[in-house]
Formats: sequence, C-alpha cells, structure tokens
Amino acid sequence: MGDSQYSFSLTTFSPSGKLVQIEHALTAVGSGQTSLGIKAANGVVIATEKKLPSILVDETSVQKIQCLTPNIGVVYSGMGPDFRVLVRKSRKQAEQYHRLYKEPIPVTQLVRETAAVMQEFTQSGGVRPFGVSLLVAGYDDNGPQLYQVDPSGSYFSWKASAMGKNVSNAKTFLEKRYTDDMELDDAVHTAILTLKEGFEGQISGKNIEIGIIGTDRKFRQAPALTLSPFSLKLYGGVMLMRKMTFWL
Amino acid sequence: MSIFEYNGSALIAMVGKNCFAIASDRRLGVQLQTIATDFQRIYKVHDRLFLGLSGLATDAQTLYQRLVFRHKLYQLREERDMKPETFANLVSAILYEKRFGPYFCQPVIAGLGDEDKPFICTMDSIGAKELAKDFVVAGTASESLYGACESMFKEGMEPEELFETVSQALLSSVDRDCLSGWGGHVYVVRENTDVRCIFKHDHSDMILLRSIKYIEKELNMLL
Repeated sequence: MGDSQYSFSLTTFSPSGKLVQIEHALTAVGSGQTSLGIKAANGVVIATEKKLPSILVDETSVQKIQCLTPNIGVVYSGMGPDFRVLVRKSRKQAEQYHRLYKEPIPVTQLVRETAAVMQEFTQSGGVRPFGVSLLVAGYDDNGPQLYQVDPSGSYFSWKASAMGKNVSNAKTFLEKRYTDDMELDDAVHTAILTLKEGFEGQISGKNIEIGIIGTDRKFRQAPALTLSPFSLKLYGGVMLMRKMTFWL
Repeated sequence: MSIFEYNGSALIAMVGKNCFAIASDRRLGVQLQTIATDFQRIYKVHDRLFLGLSGLATDAQTLYQRLVFRHKLYQLREERDMKPETFANLVSAILYEKRFGPYFCQPVIAGLGDEDKPFICTMDSIGAKELAKDFVVAGTASESLYGACESMFKEGMEPEELFETVSQALLSSVDRDCLSGWGGHVYVVRENTDVRCIFKHDHSDMILLRSIKYIEKELNMLL
C-alpha cells in the first residue's frame, strides 16, 4: 500500500495501522524450526526440532529448551541469540520476585513480565523487536499452564499450540488429536507424532528436544535417546515413545 | 530520649487454636504529653492478615500506606490475597531498603496462612524477622509485655480464652509504662470471622472484669 515506506522504522505506524517491523519479526519466527506445546490434565509438554547445520556440530552443546525456574520451562521458534537474552532476563525477574516474596513466581506473572520486556523493544528508539516467539510451560497453584509470547509482547494461553515452519499443519494435527482429559504421557506421544508430521528426514532422539513438567512441579528435559533406525522405521517412532514413557 | 520512645506504643500478637489475637494500646503522646487516647496502631491488610506498627507514629502511618499500596497492586496483578509469610517477607525487604535511613517502626504481623494455620512475626526497624510459635511483642512496654505473656500464655487457647489472656497481658504491662496505655484495641481472628473489641481502661478492676465479661458474651454470640 505505502507500507514499505514505513517498514524501516519500528516506532512509526504504517497507514494500515500496523507496525511493520513486528510483522517482519513474526516472519522471522515463522521461518524458524518448529516447536510445539501441549497442556495435559496433569502436566505440560513442550517439544522442538533440533536440526543442526552440520553433523560436525556437537549436539549436546545445543539446548533449545531451557528452564526459567524449577517449575517453569520455555522453548522458542526463531533466532537463538534473542532467545538467550530473553531467558536471562526472565530468570532474573523470577529471582527478583522470589527475593521479595520468598515464593516461586506464578506462571502468569512471569509470562506477563517477559511479555512486557518484549513490548519495550517495540516502543523504544534504536532497538529492534526480538525475533522469537516463546512457548512457556509451567505448573503452579493454578495447575498446568501453557503460554505463547509473541515479538509484539502479546501473550495467549493455549491448550496446545505450535510455532515455526510447519505451524499450520501442526496446528491442524493438534486440533484433531487434542482432548481435554489427556494424560501427560498421551500428550508426549501426540507431541512426538506432531513433530514427525512435518519432519524432513529421519526423526530420532538426537534431533528433537522434549521438556516435561508434571504434578511434581519440576521441569525436566528428556535425555537424548538412542534408537535403532530400523525400529523407528517399522513402528513409526513407537519405540521412541515407549522409551519416553518408561523414562517418565 | 530514644526516637522509638517519642510517641509510645505497645503491641502484642498471640497464637491460639486455629486463631490469633493482635492487640495494641491506644495512647498517642508527644513525649510526656498525651495527644490522643484513641490512636489506631493495628490495620487490616485483608480479611486474614493484620499488621500492627509500633514506634514513631509518622513512620508507622507512612509505612502502612506504602504496604497497603504494594498489597493492592499485588491483589490486582495476581488476583489473590497475599499470604502472611509472603507479606512478612515484603515488609522485611521494604524496611531493609532504608537500611541507612530507616523507618523507626517495629512491625508486628499476624495472619492465617494455608489451612487456617495462625502465623505471627515481628521484626526490628531494618527488617530482621523473628518468627514465633507463641507470641510476639513490640513497643515501649515490650519488657513488661514479654514477662506478662510468658507467664500467661498457654498453648491451644480457644478464642474466648485467648482474648482474655491477651487483654490481661496488655493491660497489666502498659500499666507499668507511662508512655503507653489508655485502654486497648484487641482483634481476635479465626477463619472467616474477626472480632474487634475496644475497651477504655479505668484503673478499676471491677469495671475491667465487667467489660471483659460483656465482651465475652458478645464473642460467644459471634463465634
């Protein structure tokens, strides 16, 4: 429309009422690796692809799923370095809350403060928005919760959501498969199946990451699982899921 | 004269069976002169949390306003009331912020926590918390208060008995302190009810006993 003239400056609205930089940030997110989260009746699971640029990269050094507090974890789609900065800020905010109140921060409060940080970067001079969308999973006194936070600073609570490359297929898949009374291990199965849907190449324990939080309120990462490729092919990943449930 | 003894005050909080009592004197003075005989030192933060502030009256009022401000914002953001332990930590943090120019107050915090478990604590003017299982005291009459409470306290008192104990401990202690007295405010809180009693102090045992009995009757009706 005339939008391109306004697309360079973050702090100027375009005639169509958009902040074009934020739209571009969302595009950056949309071309990032797929990640998803599912809220079960007794916990939350978040998962992401971990496609590394080369087989020479040491995959144990890459951690896309991080914990913000012992009972809150987060995964992202988009730019890794921006994610690291947000994780650092969120952890500090959670600790400041704890120092003031000696209580673990509720999930909604942490999400709100992280979203406020992301919004700051859409209204200040000389900065750009964060190129990540976050999926925050936590368990507190209000039960299991799953929130998505966008580069604009808006946040939504989801029962199940996906972000990144394969988002529309993944969301359709999740819509079909999601039930309100799902248990945590069902949710993990569904998460892996959803990831498998849009996966290019062979899915294995080494190129996905899974994070889980249950009624024990402790966020844990699934360890790297080694799987025989034959069994994966045959059962379409069932062996992988069985191993995960055992570990659970 | 110490700044803490400028206005004069006496505060007690005591734990009973699934209830607590918090009491204060009613005198506001400027050194030896009495200015008011109905001064309020105990404030309700929410239905299950009471705060008493002893020491310099102006600091007590300002500190109370700041804490209410923080609590209201917390209620709006988190859509719930603050737990007593959380509130105590907040008070401690706020007092320590002014470590090198402190508020000249000693707060006494009393509340019902999870599962109606009574919680009391006090702290010094720079936020050192002192949690207690039985009673806490503060103010110019604190030494007498400690003695009176120690001898009168029993574990697991019901609200009526707790009220009597707290009132007697308060009155007998402030009688020995020229800077505090002129009656008392007593709050006895259990689950969803709190009973507030004010009595004027007359130096007459008979009248005191009578007023306590009268309030007891009211208590029985309400509790």
